[in-house]
Amino acid sequence: MARAATTADAFNAVAEPRRRQILDVLAGGEHPVNDLVVRLGLAQPQVSKHLRVLREVGAVEVRGVGRQRLYRLNGEALKPIHDWVSGYERMWSGRFDELDVVLEELKEKEAEDGSSE
Amino acid sequence: MAAVSSGTARVTLPTDEQILITREFDAPRHLVWKAWTTPELVRRWWHANRGEMTICEIDLRVGGTWRYVMVADGFGEVGFHGEYREIVSNERLVSTEAYEGIPDADEHAAVDILTLEEVGERTRMSILVEHPTKEGRDMHINSGMEDGLQDALDLLEGVAVSLR
Repeated sequence: MARAATTADAFNAVAEPRRRQILDVLAGGEHPVNDLVVRLGLAQPQVSKHLRVLREVGAVEVRGVGRQRLYRLNGEALKPIHDWVSGYERMWSGRFDELDVVLEELKEKEAEDGSSE
Repeated sequence: MAAVSSGTARVTLPTDEQILITREFDAPRHLVWKAWTTPELVRRWWHANRGEMTICEIDLRVGGTWRYVMVADGFGEVGFHGEYREIVSNERLVSTEAYEGIPDADEHAAVDILTLEEVGERTRMSILVEHPTKEGRDMHINSGMEDGLQDALDLLEGVAVSLR
């Protein structure tokens, strides 16, 4: 089947483990690309390639300070993922709340059965 | 990454292919198992208050199948089915899970691993949902921002429902 371009969206941008590592590092603050090279143990061209994907979906922003280019995380771009996960989580929370009610009944019933024996 | 916590269930995405749901229950393990594997009890909680469960079939043996269908408010019918792969009563249940709303549902079925752990009189539950391949998941969530999100919502059952 037809595949979308790999840079299509935030989901794809974070589907790559190395890119998630980059986001984790940048979550701790702004860094130049060299920091990322050291932290990830990757060659600079690879890091730059990942940064480009992340920038294309807006997950990472860059600014120039003197001769350095500093990269930082833009959490807003990852909101679709957050929404997706939290929607799923709300559904399961809803199920579990109902399950709590069922379990309370089962506990009571078991206690009654136990005491009547 | 992408750990979010609201309410009492906790959902995380441990790897590219996995979704992990965890929750503690104030009940002994055998009762959680019972509520999870008895059709008339499942009917009472699986709908998550977002509609009505119309079909709940459980043939609890290795190689046996299950099928859940609900009519979700404002969304319509959503159906899931799968096969039991491994059963350790009160402890562990491994099954496949196919969402019937996508083509070749079985081919893209996830594997769900339910684990129940005793914590005193309480029970810690974890559900690990494993998609067969990264590509399998990608197909549903990577086809462009809007479509990708919509597919992800469809794939992961009640999400769209819960966003109403």
